[in-house]
Amino acid sequence: MKRPVEITFAQAINEGLHQAMAASDEVICYGLGIDDPKRIFGTTVDLKERFGKRVFDMPLSENAMTGIGVGAAIGGLRPVMVHQRLDFFLLAMDQLVNSAAKWHYMFGGKRSVPLTIRLIIGRGWGQGPTHSQNLQAWFAHIPGLKVVMPSSPADAKGLLRASIDDNNPVVFLEHRWLHQQMGEVPESPDFRVPLSECRVMEKGVDVTIVASSYLTIEALHAVRRLREEGVQAELIDLRTIKPLDWPTLLTSVKKTGRLLALDSGAAFGSVAGTIVARVASDLFSHLRAAPLYLTMPDVPEPTAYELTREFYFGAPEIAAAAWKMVKGEERSFPELEREGHHDVPGQWFAGPF
Amino acid sequence: MAEGSDTEKIMRALYLIRGVEEGIAQRYPAGKMRCPVHFSIGQEGVSAALAPLMRRDDLAVSSHRAHAHYMGKGGSVRAMLAEIYGRAGGCSGARGGSMHLIDESVGFKGSTAIVGNTIPIGVGLGLALQQKGSDSLAIVFLGDGAIEEGVFYESVNFAAVQRLPVLFICENNLYSVYSPLGPRQPAGRSIYKMVEAMGIKSVAGDGNDVAATYKLMHAVIAEMRSGQGPVFAEFSTYRWLEHCGPADDDHLGYRAQGECAEWKKRAPVARYEKYLRENEGWSAARLEALRNEVLADIARDFAWVEAQPLPPRPDAYREVYAEDAGKSVGQNTMESAA
Repeated sequence: MKRPVEITFAQAINEGLHQAMAASDEVICYGLGIDDPKRIFGTTVDLKERFGKRVFDMPLSENAMTGIGVGAAIGGLRPVMVHQRLDFFLLAMDQLVNSAAKWHYMFGGKRSVPLTIRLIIGRGWGQGPTHSQNLQAWFAHIPGLKVVMPSSPADAKGLLRASIDDNNPVVFLEHRWLHQQMGEVPESPDFRVPLSECRVMEKGVDVTIVASSYLTIEALHAVRRLREEGVQAELIDLRTIKPLDWPTLLTSVKKTGRLLALDSGAAFGSVAGTIVARVASDLFSHLRAAPLYLTMPDVPEPTAYELTREFYFGAPEIAAAAWKMVKGEERSFPELEREGHHDVPGQWFAGPF
Repeated sequence: MAEGSDTEKIMRALYLIRGVEEGIAQRYPAGKMRCPVHFSIGQEGVSAALAPLMRRDDLAVSSHRAHAHYMGKGGSVRAMLAEIYGRAGGCSGARGGSMHLIDESVGFKGSTAIVGNTIPIGVGLGLALQQKGSDSLAIVFLGDGAIEEGVFYESVNFAAVQRLPVLFICENNLYSVYSPLGPRQPAGRSIYKMVEAMGIKSVAGDGNDVAATYKLMHAVIAEMRSGQGPVFAEFSTYRWLEHCGPADDDHLGYRAQGECAEWKKRAPVARYEKYLRENEGWSAARLEALRNEVLADIARDFAWVEAQPLPPRPDAYREVYAEDAGKSVGQNTMESAA
């Protein structure tokens, strides 16, 4: 069956799940609503029909279902669990932190936990304080976990396959604003994107911009605009947050001498903050400007349309920050403002999900 | 009535668990075992009764007070002692201590320290067994305190929904650390009846009556192997020592005067010895010989562990991730481009 070369991020996830389940009986998939009419934003279409009891809806028991995933994993399966909002998964911290992350280490390497946990993150459209949290830094803080944040359809499929193959627990963060993104995706079931390899998306010599997930898209717009104005930014998409590909990142900053790290999470203890700290301590003599990060404020996300109007940052703020680092002067980039409503990823998005 | 070989396995397990625990308690004050230890003395009965009924390919998980469960399942005594001593050869690589025991060669999949933590993990093992079409069981050891954790209800619910082959063994010893049941659960509630109302078969018994526990569980487990779904079994029992550590703590006064003495009269070991003499034709000499054999093995195990080397210090940094076995993964040692 031939499919178009370009498919959406959600279709890429779906294709990856189909291929992973076809490749091994060990792979099972479950999550609240996995076989409901919406199929987790389309990412689990036809899985139940094709794989039967290996795909199942679940009770509203996030903590136990995470532990059940750990148990199934140490019992020889490769579970893939999904939550439509990261925030609900916060009920499962005991099983994530005390069980999944620790098992291999605290039992002397006797048994690992090949568990993939898909969590959907987002922003905007009134999701508010408890439906929009980007807690990648939390997960990355726990030794033993891997944290993955794809930004393109191809990466979504390739990183998901690599995560399911991986013998460790992986927190796989999908940004809701990316699910409709189109892109070329290799159809081959052998396609993988290795974990812990970031991608240099744009080459440049003036400043290194480090992004992940949805912010990579915003950064790409900024980098292309900056290039038109003569600033050559190097854009790095982290892809895997933990364990992080430090060599690629540090090599880039050594070359450019400038770092702008982006993070969709709150500032304190952020991934971007960790990157700035490492660069400042390891590459101090190479730096031509103080390393900088752009993150969300240390404030919960408000709900109202008006309150979120200036709450997020995107391409204009990224371009302005990079410009100031390189040129030493203020400049705004109003042409990079997104058209239409500020709180939706595109016209297709009509809410409420 | 137990089969002949099973009675000996049970008696052997009772001597083993009591003997090892007393051996640890006796040596603990010397300070060589530098981790929290929760003793099973007084609570040997259920594990011993199950010892001949659990197959090697049944998969068990447990809690912080796991020594009896581990030994009842047939776990290596030496590997457990080395773990508690923090020596090379520990079952968990000297990273887990008394509260994190594992012996996969006998299906003991792990015990952990957070109350209720392994309940869903045992249910997940049951899910894996069911998906593979196995007739093995997943066995979850838990206590009366774990019943109060939300994850218990979530796990029982899922096991019931999916009809998973999970055997929940609840040892109700009446206390969580120093807190009695009174402030923790409503008066008059029967744990197993409450669980029965959640939709799974539930039974209860005197966990210090080893012969009766064996008889009950013999029937329950046979039924489970034919795919009858999950079962919850509650057994009353009592810990003789303090919550954590090798000492008596009756002087603290959190347990009623004379309560511990009363429970000691119902000691599972002595009671089963009596049962074997009166009902199975065992002589005092046969019991004595078995006991001496087990204690001699235990003495050799302690001698072995005290001669074990310490683990190499770099072991602290190994195996954070599965594919990193054998190498360090700390950020400070990560290859740097600088």
